[in-house]
Amino acid sequence: MTERCLVLWCPDWPVRAAAEEAGIDPAVPLALVEHGVVHACSAAARAMGVQRGLKVREAQSRCAALVVLPLLPAVDARRFEPVLTALEAGIPTVQVVRPGLVVIRVSGPARFFGGEEEAAGEALHLLAEAGAPGARAGVADGPFTAEQAARAAAPIRIVPPGGSADFLAPLPVTTLGLPALAGLLARLGVRTLGGLAALPEESVRDRFGPEGEIAHRIAAGLDPRRVTARTVSADRDRHQAFEPPLERIDQIAFALKRSAEAFVSALSADLLVCTALTVELVADAPSSASGQHAARHRRTWLHPRSFTPLDVIDRVRWQLEAAGLTAPVVEVVLHPEAVDEAAHHEQGLWGGGPDERIHHALSRVQSLLGHEAVVTPILAGGRLAADRIVLAPWGEQHPPQRSADAPWPGRLPGFSPTAVLAERPRVVVQDPAGRDVTMDERGAISGPPAVLVAPGRPATRVEAWAGPWPIEERWWDAAAAVRLHRMQVTCGDGTAWLVAHDDTGWWAEARYD
Amino acid sequence: MASLQARIAAMQARSLGRRTLPTASAVAPLLPGGALRSGVAYAAPGSLALAMLLLAGPSAAGAWCGVVGIPEFGAEAAGELGIALDRLVLVPDPDEHWLAVTAQLAEVLPVVLVRPPAKGASPAETARLASRLRQRDATLLVAGSWSGAEATLETTGGAWSGIGAGWGYLAARELDVTVTARELRSQHRVRVETGFHLTTAPPVPRRLAAV
Repeated sequence: MTERCLVLWCPDWPVRAAAEEAGIDPAVPLALVEHGVVHACSAAARAMGVQRGLKVREAQSRCAALVVLPLLPAVDARRFEPVLTALEAGIPTVQVVRPGLVVIRVSGPARFFGGEEEAAGEALHLLAEAGAPGARAGVADGPFTAEQAARAAAPIRIVPPGGSADFLAPLPVTTLGLPALAGLLARLGVRTLGGLAALPEESVRDRFGPEGEIAHRIAAGLDPRRVTARTVSADRDRHQAFEPPLERIDQIAFALKRSAEAFVSALSADLLVCTALTVELVADAPSSASGQHAARHRRTWLHPRSFTPLDVIDRVRWQLEAAGLTAPVVEVVLHPEAVDEAAHHEQGLWGGGPDERIHHALSRVQSLLGHEAVVTPILAGGRLAADRIVLAPWGEQHPPQRSADAPWPGRLPGFSPTAVLAERPRVVVQDPAGRDVTMDERGAISGPPAVLVAPGRPATRVEAWAGPWPIEERWWDAAAAVRLHRMQVTCGDGTAWLVAHDDTGWWAEARYD
Repeated sequence: MASLQARIAAMQARSLGRRTLPTASAVAPLLPGGALRSGVAYAAPGSLALAMLLLAGPSAAGAWCGVVGIPEFGAEAAGELGIALDRLVLVPDPDEHWLAVTAQLAEVLPVVLVRPPAKGASPAETARLASRLRQRDATLLVAGSWSGAEATLETTGGAWSGIGAGWGYLAARELDVTVTARELRSQHRVRVETGFHLTTAPPVPRRLAAV
């Protein structure tokens, strides 16, 4: 019942993919981090003592030259796709466990290539040709044993049929990838897979439940999992090349009309609709003879419902306006980033509700003014008035990065200002003697504010004032640091102002009117 | 006799069969008829807080609201005054298209707040927009002057409480509003409150408190 499996493992695939994506030499010390913890690192970094699970700061202290990149699973998968395609050209029925690790049912290829070792060698050859050199192969009963064989391989390791239990016996129980179970087993004195397999099956089932039972079977070399080959989804990208290259936006939009219609109708033929679209613009290389790369501009657009051909053309048009390409466009690629079943997006029998009409009207305003011109406000966290609101273009979801529910010590109590002045106009604050109010290093003002001069308004008498309250944010990051003092002042004309003082002087942050 | 006629004219509705919208209790006494009505325009030059209070009633009752041409619109304050932010749409900088955008939004949104640019609208454009409002049963709030407004709510002054010479913070506010509903003029005082109250004032450096 356990079938012979071939596992191909590309060591450090995420690191290699991220290095290629960022244009960095993979030989330098490199670490990928997720939630502040090292997730993968290159061989050079490992030689310096960096390992998986280390905090970034700890890793950087061990290796000062460490290049830290964020972990991007989408990049891994995208970079692995061409490798996989090349592999499938030689050996079909490939199951992807994760980018960089695939399982193949070996019986077919072994018959075709004349042996398991030959099949594994052929697979490694295909991988090396497709741009993933240094891969390793393991052949054994069941995917788990084959993966362990691949990790121990140099570069091919064949565990004979029925030899899985012996091969696995010396490995630690942590290789099962079940930390809770491994911790419990270690405390019970069972440290190796051999020790686990030696326990009676009934006792393991009674003590550890179904999870323990499966772990026991795997440890005994009776891996019940089977290889299910991936099904390749149809390529729904639509490429539209322009020959000769086009320069004007209206020309491109017009030329793209048929492509956009075909793009949407091809999806709807499969009862799908597109809810997120990636548009890629390829501009002509300045001089193709010099071997310069063509400029590419990618952007993903979300849609609250689903893209119609007109919506697609609108997005391309907005992207062309925003991209600022200097050369004419030779190609536009439409790629459906997310699709959904059309049944979820059908209109009711009596037409859509009021929301449908609102969406259409707002989309028309967007076509007139641009995508970012129609926004919805979302509350965010922060201390400055401008930080506390995020404006999301209509149709996009922007979960704010800073939680509005956090306490944010230092934010102002009481009224929020009704007018948030993003342009930070300069103001003049004077004391009763007519001198400009200054602030010393310790945040004390030189005198009580008595006169406020705001741009475009006559000088007004300050009736009441409060503050200054200091704010010092992100002092560790020179680019994002904020250091200022804020005061509330009310004026004789009934308005109130929130004024701030920093190195550049006084400016108005917001107005209460 | 003339003042009596003016009072009668102010109490009579200019058009028949108009719906009234849910209105925030703070501003309801200011409005002719005691509530916002659909299909007409109201002008509220001066105070954005007053305009937000006018928006708050319909918004809290489930209506979508639009704000055109006010880039500094403080959405957080709007939320505190009772406007539902998930049903609020902003078009901060429509430039010369402000009238077209307002008309487009009035097609679908029951309440639209707009601040016209300094140049304002020509009488013909105003009339066209007014007929659009009547037709779509939408209410227009103008943060500026507007000819043909059902009522003009002008802020003439106000008072802040909770703040003194170097202590406290802006905690509550009262607005003096002069309402001009056609020929009739009346004075009101509105208390603006939010749901946010703090029992203690933020700390003030001691040296400053002594000033």
